[in-house]
Amino acid sequence: MTAALALGDDALVLSHRLGEWAGHAPVLEEEVALANIALDLLGQARTLLSLAGDEDELAYLREERAFRNLQLVEQPNGDFAHTIARQLYFSTYQRLLYGQLAAREGEFAALAAKAVKEVAYHQDHAEQWTLRLGDGTAESRERMQRACDALWRFTGEMFQPVEGLDVDRESLRSAWLESVTAVIKRATLDVPDTADSGAWSAGAGRQGLHTEAFGRMLAEMQHLHRSHPGASW
Amino acid sequence: MTAVTAGTAAASTRQARFDAAVAADERIEPRDWMPDDYRASLIRQMAQHAHSEIIGMQPEANWITRAPSLRRKAILMAKVQDEAGHGLYLYSATETLGASRDELLDKLHSGRQKYSSIFNYPTLTWADVGAIGWLVDGAAITNQVPLCRCSYGPYARAMVRVCKEESFHQRQGYELLLALSRGTPAQHEMAQDAVDRWWWPSLMMFGPPDDASAHSAQSMAWKIKRHSNDELRQRFVDICVPQAEALGLTLPDPDLRWNEERGHHDFGAIDWDEFRQVLKGNGPCNEQRIRQRRRAHEEGSWVREAAAAYAAKASGASGAPHGTTEPHGSGTESDEAQVEATA
Repeated sequence: MTAALALGDDALVLSHRLGEWAGHAPVLEEEVALANIALDLLGQARTLLSLAGDEDELAYLREERAFRNLQLVEQPNGDFAHTIARQLYFSTYQRLLYGQLAAREGEFAALAAKAVKEVAYHQDHAEQWTLRLGDGTAESRERMQRACDALWRFTGEMFQPVEGLDVDRESLRSAWLESVTAVIKRATLDVPDTADSGAWSAGAGRQGLHTEAFGRMLAEMQHLHRSHPGASW
Repeated sequence: MTAVTAGTAAASTRQARFDAAVAADERIEPRDWMPDDYRASLIRQMAQHAHSEIIGMQPEANWITRAPSLRRKAILMAKVQDEAGHGLYLYSATETLGASRDELLDKLHSGRQKYSSIFNYPTLTWADVGAIGWLVDGAAITNQVPLCRCSYGPYARAMVRVCKEESFHQRQGYELLLALSRGTPAQHEMAQDAVDRWWWPSLMMFGPPDDASAHSAQSMAWKIKRHSNDELRQRFVDICVPQAEALGLTLPDPDLRWNEERGHHDFGAIDWDEFRQVLKGNGPCNEQRIRQRRRAHEEGSWVREAAAAYAAKASGASGAPHGTTEPHGSGTESDEAQVEATA
């Protein structure tokens, strides 16, 4: 069940990060949009984790080393540009991935068919903001470029093999690169030229090796649940 | 006939037409003539209602990252999202009176307009999320259902949409408390503690007693308000008592008892001094709530500027397209009665 855990953890962790924006967004419409995306992802996480076991046990009682999410999705929100760059990279990946999974038989087909519609909206939202920020003011352009650069090194991990995930990784990678490159260029930004799969980050999250901020995120997420063992909510 | 008396005659005809429309329970719409005071009073009440939705996101969002199950987390996220949506409807409805959202937000940030006193209380445990749903949303619904028949059309229509969603949230809050009340002893205690802390502040949401309510008489004459503060507060108490029993929780009022003669529950005295202190900015979280709201706005300014610059480029560099609406109506002074009937 590694694949259900990996995909479920991606959605769970990114949903949590987006939930941290509630009450802090730059404009009311984004309060609605970010919460909406977070909810879609949480719904996906619940379906996927339920394929692997009990959703709450998996979310609240696993240690950091047992989580299988990408390091990309656990990255702290940073400024709005940082959140948007993370969203652009991940939603483009998710849309292509679910597009492939929806087209073939298997345990993920039904979930992917539903999720791909949600993810199309997420990707559009991220692309529109990448364009606005990249091609907005000098300040927003600089912030968007910095965000794209900073997160680039976490993108290689998306194309590492995952046990039980039957996808064409080469076409996933080339389609992702083509799509993201086109948006970054339209946003008048430079495509990052740093390595996208450094030795440490490639495949690390999928193996339970995470970045330091992740443990703190889990401490907050799990604290209440762990304080009342056996309770139901 | 002189020009002056002709003008006066026209004005009194307009006023008579307005009065007749209100008397006949017709809706006043944005293009209709309305008295300046009616417009100003609505802007004040509706803006503060919108502000309450926005500030009200904070105490609940405080628990999103700590929600104890994924189901509860999803419910809470959806609720906070709905509140942002309610804020948007209400700002839009207020804009039909000639105020702009930017200007209203500026008044919130600078303290010239208020929001409901209830959101200056802290959410200290998970059970507070349930108590807010049950009691705070319950009080809000009791206040807002009559506003669905308010004389100003856009406000009444916004309230129909808001009340549907609020009722749903209230049931979820009740159900959250019920799960805690029937859970472990520690969970039950958490639920009782939350109800103990939120009960009186919820009763204060109905505003000052009728004999101390500055705007009530006029608002009722204009059919903005349909019931007095004390009437709605009594209705709320009568609804809550059996619900608390069903929850297996007590309400923290030794004077609460059924009065056969009145056909209502008698209840203890509200601490109006605490209410005034909270409205004056001295509640537990007033400073924190406004600081967070201002910070979100200030830290988001480069994002809004980027969006405006991009939109201007896309529409052929025709200048800044936003923030040009002139405010209409008088400025609003701070007054505790302003937060009546908002939540």
